[in-house]
Amino acid sequence: MKAGSHLEKMFAAGHFAVTGELGPPRGADAGHIHEKAKYLKGIVESVNVTDNQTAVVRMASMAVCRLLLDMGIEPNLQMVCRDRNRLAIQADLLGASALGIKNVLCLSGDHQKFGDHPQAKNVFDIDSMQLIATCKKLRDEGKLINDHECEGVPQYFIGAAVNPFADPFDFRVTRLAKKIKAGVDFLQTQCIYNMEKFRTYIQQANDLGLTEKCYIMAGITPLKSVGMARYMQKFVPGLDVPEDYIERLKGVDKKKQGDEGIKIAIEQIQEVKEMKGIAGVHVMAIEWEERVEEIVSGAGLLPRPEVS
Amino acid sequence: MRLNYPSNIKIINVPCTGRVDILHLLKAVEDGADGVYVAGCLEGDCHYISGNLKAKKRVAYAKKVLEAIGLEPERVEMYNLSAAQGARFAEIAREFTERIHQLGPSPVGSGAKAA
Amino acid sequence: MVVAESKPIEEILAMVADFDKILLTGCKGCVTVCNAGGQKEVGILASALKIARKKEGREIEIEEITLERQCDPEYIDQLEEPIAKNNYDAVLSMACSVGPQYIAKRYEDTLVYPCLNTTFIGGALEHGVWAEFCQACGSCGIHNFGALCPIARCAKSLLNGPCGGSAGGKCEISPETDCVWHLIYERMSRLGQLDKMANVVMFKDWTTSRDGGPRKIVREDLKQ
Ligand code: SF4
Ligand code: SF4
Repeated sequence: MKAGSHLEKMFAAGHFAVTGELGPPRGADAGHIHEKAKYLKGIVESVNVTDNQTAVVRMASMAVCRLLLDMGIEPNLQMVCRDRNRLAIQADLLGASALGIKNVLCLSGDHQKFGDHPQAKNVFDIDSMQLIATCKKLRDEGKLINDHECEGVPQYFIGAAVNPFADPFDFRVTRLAKKIKAGVDFLQTQCIYNMEKFRTYIQQANDLGLTEKCYIMAGITPLKSVGMARYMQKFVPGLDVPEDYIERLKGVDKKKQGDEGIKIAIEQIQEVKEMKGIAGVHVMAIEWEERVEEIVSGAGLLPRPEVS
Repeated sequence: MRLNYPSNIKIINVPCTGRVDILHLLKAVEDGADGVYVAGCLEGDCHYISGNLKAKKRVAYAKKVLEAIGLEPERVEMYNLSAAQGARFAEIAREFTERIHQLGPSPVGSGAKAA
Repeated sequence: MVVAESKPIEEILAMVADFDKILLTGCKGCVTVCNAGGQKEVGILASALKIARKKEGREIEIEEITLERQCDPEYIDQLEEPIAKNNYDAVLSMACSVGPQYIAKRYEDTLVYPCLNTTFIGGALEHGVWAEFCQACGSCGIHNFGALCPIARCAKSLLNGPCGGSAGGKCEISPETDCVWHLIYERMSRLGQLDKMANVVMFKDWTTSRDGGPRKIVREDLKQ
């Protein structure tokens, strides 16, 4: 065991794991967290807490992670390199460990250009690959980047994200391999819509033996409406939404599009579950937490298995 | 053929409108001209290939400068016509003079000097 | 070269609002090459300022001088005579922002204003279009990246790109911006060096960059 988090134990026991996601509020209201998080409790192993996602200022990920722990929910602390330099990153990592946070997700972070403070100066002192290496060094060597020994060695189950749909496609599996080399334990993918392409990607990863070296979770985001699907298709760089899904949503009554989106998500989970090399799913239903249970149970994944 | 065009227009000959610089246009305004226009060959007919297209861009730039300092950009203009179109030349001259009359004298000139 | 562009005329007009007599200085170095602050641009700006002020009924006297370079004290010395003789209200510089600082340092009692926004170290892509190529990090490592700079040209200065936002060769920040990591990938694959891209590039040492404080180069062999 690296950190002994619940998520890690689920993987270790060979269960198909499920994680969720929660976006902190753009304000100081802790009640908001309780409201949203209650829908995820007992439904997923652990919950990603986003870190100023899309470069929009929100309540600190670490604070929300602690609130989740208080609610008996295991958090995955997301950390981006955009907003902090190596001093702040390491300080936060040590602090997170002291607060009882065991799963960390290392990300570069979206550029602030489309966020709510485009005037900000960004940092990018280190990148996501190096952030993974930082976590690993802290955990395995008990040392900071500068080789200074820590008093009290933190334990992390180290995660990161991969986007199989970004370009150049042929490099994507190499980048996955790099993250493993850097020290990642589990990976969550970008939302998958183009199953064909995803299959090819995982096949490549299987061929290189990469899926045996870390746990890969397929990213699933239910489509709420035709509008949302179109938006993702057009405006989210490196996200591939095939026309088929849009046609399918269009085929039902407007009020029923959400239900159809949930159905699609369930089918996707069932499909990826059968793929060799997929160890779980990461369900990102942002601002739609109340439907996660329906998705997970629809996919036949409830109740969640017990591990100790 | 003799055609009449307004006598308050002062013609400055250049071998090609490609020779006209932003500074020429601005200097004319600075020295009190109420308007300046460049009469170039028809697009695609430039003897020096792209002289008139360059002039067009410079006119556009001069317009931007005037706008930035609060003068009407319409005081600077580019026209295209061929050397054979004498009537068109006179017509443009009248048209532009009319435009400038409507705008009134340039606030830069001391009195409504014409150039 | 250093690439710069003119500040909006409105901003410059506001700077000189209280002045009646100024010296406008250009530079024959980089800013001439990038058409921002050479003799020609000095002429255009002077004319525009004069037109604007005539329009307001308060003419401004502008003397124009374009120096060989403004990043060299020996050329800045050439302003001594005009400044001493003419009692200018202010000196405006159309050099990159090194120029106005040199003038300010040399002429301690003179008000100095920059007319350009100094923007980046780069080059022309075509006539009238310039792009950034280097961020002067002080420790060049582009040979590891197919001789393309990820620090200046990747929106996130990633050393292990391309990130998940790279699409169709373009960067997530804009369809107008090339993803330099895509270019690096293509070049490395042409050079048969893709295996190099499989290695994790570790932490960059930023001490040689601006982060290490203002920088200075001392060449003992040249110093007098
Ligand atoms: S690596 Fe540093 S010195 Fe080299 S081009 Fe990039 S920013 Fe400039
Ligand atoms: S898309 Fe390319 S250039 Fe833009 S941030 Fe990502 S790696 Fe850098």
